[in-house]
Amino acid sequence: MAAKHRGKRGFLERTTASFVDALEHAFYAEQTARAEGLMQRLDPRVKLVGILALIVPAAASRSFAVIAGLFAVAVVLAALSHVSFAVLLKRVWIAVLLFTGVIALPAPFVTPGSVVYHLPWTGWRVTAQGLASAGYLVLRVETAATLCVLLVLTTPWNHVLKALRVLRVPAVMVTILGMTYRYLFLVLQSAHDMFESRRSRMIGNLTGRERRRVAASSAGVLMSKTFDLSNDVYLAMQSRGYRGEVALLDDFRIGRLDWAMLAGFTLVSIAAFWWGL
Amino acid sequence: MHIPDGYLSPVTCAALYGGAAPFWYVALRKTRKLLFTRLVPLISVFAAFSFVIMMFNIPIPGGTTAHPLGVGIASIVLGPWASILALSTALFIQAFFFGDGGVTALGANCFNMAIVGSLIAWVIYRLVAGRSSITSSRRVVAAALGGYLAINGAALCAAIELGLQPHFFKSATGAPLYAPYPLSIAIPAIMIGHLTFAGLAELVVTGGVVAYLQRANPVLLRFTAPGVPMPHDEAQPAAMTGWRAARPLWTAVGLLMVLAPLGLLAAGKAWGEWSVRDFSNPGVRQQIARTSRNVAPPAAAPRGLERLSNVWTAPFPDYSPSFVRSAAFGYILSAMFGIGSIILLSVLAGWIARKVRPGPARAPAHTEEG
Repeated sequence: MAAKHRGKRGFLERTTASFVDALEHAFYAEQTARAEGLMQRLDPRVKLVGILALIVPAAASRSFAVIAGLFAVAVVLAALSHVSFAVLLKRVWIAVLLFTGVIALPAPFVTPGSVVYHLPWTGWRVTAQGLASAGYLVLRVETAATLCVLLVLTTPWNHVLKALRVLRVPAVMVTILGMTYRYLFLVLQSAHDMFESRRSRMIGNLTGRERRRVAASSAGVLMSKTFDLSNDVYLAMQSRGYRGEVALLDDFRIGRLDWAMLAGFTLVSIAAFWWGL
Repeated sequence: MHIPDGYLSPVTCAALYGGAAPFWYVALRKTRKLLFTRLVPLISVFAAFSFVIMMFNIPIPGGTTAHPLGVGIASIVLGPWASILALSTALFIQAFFFGDGGVTALGANCFNMAIVGSLIAWVIYRLVAGRSSITSSRRVVAAALGGYLAINGAALCAAIELGLQPHFFKSATGAPLYAPYPLSIAIPAIMIGHLTFAGLAELVVTGGVVAYLQRANPVLLRFTAPGVPMPHDEAQPAAMTGWRAARPLWTAVGLLMVLAPLGLLAAGKAWGEWSVRDFSNPGVRQQIARTSRNVAPPAAAPRGLERLSNVWTAPFPDYSPSFVRSAAFGYILSAMFGIGSIILLSVLAGWIARKVRPGPARAPAHTEEG
C-alpha cells in the first residue's frame, strides 16, 4: 500500500506488471510443487502443522541463535526440496531486506539505550539496544517468510487448503478459499486484458483527472464482471446439483516418512521454545 | 499496512485472532442465512476481485500512485458482513500464497483491514448517504468519505498494534523484540502515509466506482440502500445486513468487554471470596468486618480453606494487582477494552443512523413499490 513515485511507467503499465508478477509466482509455485523433493513427499497436513510449529517459535524467540537456527532449518529444507535459492533470494530474502530492512534502519538511532558508536559528521548515536532490535526484526521476518514460502512452493494450493481442516477451519471456508484461488486467475486475466487493451488504444498521455477516471471505471467494470461471473458460477453449480452443502474428499494418507518428519518438526519446535524463551 | 510476521509479538497476534474470531463467526452465520447457496460463489469470486483491486495502481493528485485496499467498495456493495468474509479470504491468500502479510499476523491484518475497515466504511456510507436516491451525488461523497475513513481507521489500528510492541516486549537488555518504534513514532509514521497517499487512493476508488456503478450498474448499489427506490424499480431484495437482529447481543458483548477490565481493577474484594492470605492482612480484615455487619473475621484462616487453597492454584492466582501490571496481560485487557468500544460505537452509530433516517430496514418488497 506504499505510495510510489511515478517513474517512466504509467499506472497502466505498473498495474499490468504486478498482475504478471502474481501469475509468474503462481506458475513457479505450481512447478516446484510437482518436483521430487523431501517436502513435496510429505502429507500436506504434516507440512502445514510442521511449518506453523516452526514459525511460532521464530516469532516468539528472544535468542538470535535460535532464530538463526530456525532460518538454517528452513534453508536446509529448501535445499532438500529443490527450491531454487535464486528464487528465494529474489522473492524473499532481498524483498524482505528492501522492505523490513528500510523500516528497521532508523531503529539503532532512535531506540534509547547504551551508546556503542557515534556516527561521524552527524553525531548521531547508535545504541546496542537499537541494533539488537533492528536485528531481531529483520531476522524474524526473513525466517518466517522463508518458512511460509517453503510451504507454498512445495504444496499444491488445494492441498494446503484441505490441510486447513486439521486446524478446524470450516469446510465452507476451505471451499471458498479454493474457489477464490481458482477465480483469482480469471479475474486477474480479465483485468490484465482490460488494461492491455486500454493501453493499446492510447496514443498520448492522460491528464491526472482522466487517469483517475480510467482507474475507477476499470475497477467498476471489473466489479460488474465479477458479479456476472458469480451468477454464472452459481447457476453452473446449481445445475450440477449443488444444494449448499459442502463435502471435501479427504484423501491424504500419513506414511512412515510423515511420522518421522512430524517428530522432527515437533522436536525442533520444542527445542526452539526451550532455548529461545 | 499488511503486517508481516515478526512485527507483532505472539501474544498480540493471539489476542487479535481472538478479537477477529467472533466477527468471522457472526459474518459466516449471517451471510449463510441470507445467501444460502449463493454464499460460496459470491464470496469466492468477490474475494478474487478484492485481491485484484489491491494490485491496482491508483493515480493520485501530485503525480504518484498508490494501491487501494478496496474495503470501502466491498462494504458498500456487499454489506459489512459479506465484505468481512471476502476481504479476509483475500488477505488469507495474500498471506499464505503470496507472502504479503504474515501468517501469525493474519488475525491482526484481518481485524484491521477486513473487520474495522468494513464496519467503518459501511457506517459512514449509510450515515452520510441517508435516504438519498441511488444515483444522487451524495452517495458518491458518502462512499469516498467512507473509503477514506475506513482505510485510515484500519491504519490507525495497525499503528497502535505496532506502536505498543516496544512498550511491552523487550529483551533482558531493553532491546525491543518486535516492531521497534513506540506509539509516538509509529502512529505519525503510518498515519501520514495513509492520511495522504493511501487514503486518497481509497477515496478515488470508492467514490469513483460508486459513480461508475450509478451510471452503468445501479442494481449493485441497492443492497446497502434498503428502502431507496431504484431508477427502474424491480422487486427490492431484503437488506443484506441483518444488523438489527443481533444488536442487543452486540450491545451486551461490547458492554461486558468494556466493563470487564474495570471489574478486575476495582478495589476491594467480593464478599465471601477471601483467600487464606486475606485473613492475616489487617486492611482486608477491616474490609471483611465492615461488609459483615461489623462481625470480626476469625483470627486465622479456617483450616479447611487453608488446606484446599493448596490443592489447586489458578493460572492467575488471586486478583492480585501484580498481574494487571504485567505488561502482556494488561495489554490483552486493553485490547479487549478496545474491541468492546468499537462494537459499542458501531452499535451506537447504527442506532443513530436509523434515528436520523427512519425507514423500514427490512420492509417486505411490495411496500416499496409505490
